[in-house]
Parts: sequence; structure tokens; C-alpha cells
Amino acid sequence: MASAAKKLLMDPFSDNNPITIQVLGICSALAVTVKVDTAIVMTLALTAVVSLSNFVISLMRNVIPSGIRMIVEMAVIATLVIIADQLLRAFLFDISKQLSVFVGLIITNCIVMGRAEAFALQNPPKASLLDGLGNGLGYGIVLIAVASIREILGFGKWLGFQLPLGDNFMGNGLVLLAPGAFIILGLLIWGQRTLTKYVED
Amino acid sequence: MREDTRTIVFAAVVCVTCSLLLSGTAAGLKSRQEANQAFDVKRNIVKAFGIDISAMDRPGIEDTYAAHVAEDMDGGLPIFTWTEDGSEEPSKYAFPISGKGLWSMLYGYLSLEADLETIAGISFYKHGETPGLGAEIEKPWFLSQFAGKKLYEDGEAVDFLVVKPGTPLTDTSVDGISGATLTGKGVQALLQKDAAAYAEYFKSIKGN
Repeated sequence: MASAAKKLLMDPFSDNNPITIQVLGICSALAVTVKVDTAIVMTLALTAVVSLSNFVISLMRNVIPSGIRMIVEMAVIATLVIIADQLLRAFLFDISKQLSVFVGLIITNCIVMGRAEAFALQNPPKASLLDGLGNGLGYGIVLIAVASIREILGFGKWLGFQLPLGDNFMGNGLVLLAPGAFIILGLLIWGQRTLTKYVED
Repeated sequence: MREDTRTIVFAAVVCVTCSLLLSGTAAGLKSRQEANQAFDVKRNIVKAFGIDISAMDRPGIEDTYAAHVAEDMDGGLPIFTWTEDGSEEPSKYAFPISGKGLWSMLYGYLSLEADLETIAGISFYKHGETPGLGAEIEKPWFLSQFAGKKLYEDGEAVDFLVVKPGTPLTDTSVDGISGATLTGKGVQALLQKDAAAYAEYFKSIKGN
């Protein structure tokens, strides 16, 4: 069990990463990665939502009537997302303003629905929770990597701290825009697939 | 038929549980969220007065607001005044501005110097424009252009313009945002509209 659990948790970090391998959740990966702090908060919000939705849906997997299966999943996910959004608004107001609509859009993030359909419906709650954690953090690690590159090249800062780059440092405007994020994400996917020798059939 | 009943009961249970959870969360966090929003408004008023708030923390901004800013509804229109320490007379006046951008309503504040013609500062605190394009309206490079420009001349609102970047600028125009022409047009329209709405009021203050 220990090794199975570890596989569930660790696989999404590299071999089965939701962003770089499955290419899901790209929209938010472009939008919230201008700075590292928003990327971290988005990671936490998405990880909380996908783990809990996996857990709850897995608990209900034997009693959900098949005719309304997806609607029930949406209701669970939407409820969790709204709660996450409300909590951010109350406790992390500035970051929630920067994340704006993207917290709400976790509802439409393919990773959440995808894990519910592909995993939680067939597996017990504990495994589903781990799968959700793994996928949320696997998404997050790419988010934070992209955000680090963008914040360093764009602002000369990391997590808000000025880096010692000298007075001549000029922020690169391109990496702050969505096309810049696309290029960085593409390079990351290229790099990772070269390392893991993953080939799309 | 039994299967249908079960489906309906299940759906009802899920709905009720979800709505209870949501209303519980919303009710429990409401006061905190409202306090955050009220603070956000204060912060943006202070910002609109041309004060650099980047190094200020929340209590610092609250104190600044309490010490310098007063709210007034004299002419039937909301107006905020900024009074320097030890002075009786307000040295700057701010009013709320709002109007349509490309996707959303833009909300902000604009402040005038004591001459009631020159812009002292401007801020936008709520909008839903495209990040990286229209959303640049809340960035310092865009907002800092406004200070020193004229919104009124001889008491009348001027045709303030947000122009294409590269166009020669005058006393009454600022550079727009590349790729966000329509957001810029929205800013231009709302400035002209709100400037006209406040023209009479500022004339009456000046008359005194």
C-alpha cells in the first residue's frame, strides 16, 4: 500500500503531470503565473478543491445515480470552489483580487473534473484523496516554475524580493504577457518530455 | 419508477447540502469581506490623491485616511477632500469615476489640485478588463501620466483624450494602451462624462 500510495502522490509530479503531459489547465497556467505569490495561492486553492472533490465524489461513488452523475460532480466541485473563493476574499483579499475570475474558473479546470471522472469514481476515498493531492501539487509545481521564470525575468524579483541583478537590469515585458507564458510553458514541456522520453502517440 | 425517485431524492439531498454549506460560508465570512472592501476603497482614495502607498501597510493607510481625508455630500455628489497637517482648507479634491470599458464597468477615483483644474492623481480599483491589455489601466505607468494634466479649463470640462501611443501629447491627453484601444476609449468617455457632471459643483466651490 505504501508504494501504491506513493505512486498516486508522486506520479503527477513528472510521469503523469497534468500540465506538461496531459496538457490540462493551460488557461490558468498562463493567467496566474505573472508572480510567484499568486501561483502559490492558486496551487493551494486548486489542490484543496481537487483533493476534497475527489474524496467526496469517491465517498458517493456507489450511490450516485448514473443519470445525474456528472451534474452531481459539478455541484460538489462548484460548492468547493465557491467556498475557496469566499475564504480567499475574506483572508487574502489582495491576492484574491489579482486572481480575480481564475479562482471561480477552477470549476471549469479540466484537471478537477478529469480526476473525478477518471479516478474518484472507481477508487476508494483514501486513494482518491492522494490522487487529488498529487495532481493539484503536480499542477502547482509547473505553475510555480513558470511563475518563477516570469517574475525573475520580468521584474528581477522572486516572491516579491528584489534579486541582486545590478542597476542595469531591465525587466523583459514579453514574459509578463500571455504569449511569454506560452513560450516558457512550451520550453518546459519540451525539456520535461526530453528528460522522461515521453512520446505522444 | 423507483430508480427515478431515488435520483430525485439524491439530487435534492446534494442540492440542500451544498446550499447549506454555501450560505453558511457566505454568512460567516461576510463581515470580514465587507471590511476588506471598505478598506480597499479607502486605499484607492488615498492612492488617487497621488500618495505613494506601495510601502504602506494596512494600519498606515487607515491612519493616513483618517488624518487627511474627509467625505462630503454637499452638492448632492460624493466628494472627498484632502487636508494637509495643520491646514484648515482642503488642498485636493477627489471624486469617484465610473464607466464602461471593453468588457466591464471601470470604477475609480480622480483627484484635483486646489486650483480645481489640474489632476493630482487617479486610481482604478475595480474592473474586468483583459489581463495584460486593458487591465494595464491600474498599472503605475498608465496612471502616473495623469498627474499635472488639465481636466478643467476656466471651470469648464475639457475634452480629455486617451490617444494612440506615439501621438504628440498635450495638456489634456495621455497615451493609451497598445492592444487595448477600446478600454482607453472607455477611460476617455468616463473622464469626460464625470468631469462634466462635477463641473457645476467645482464652479460653486471656486465661487466662494
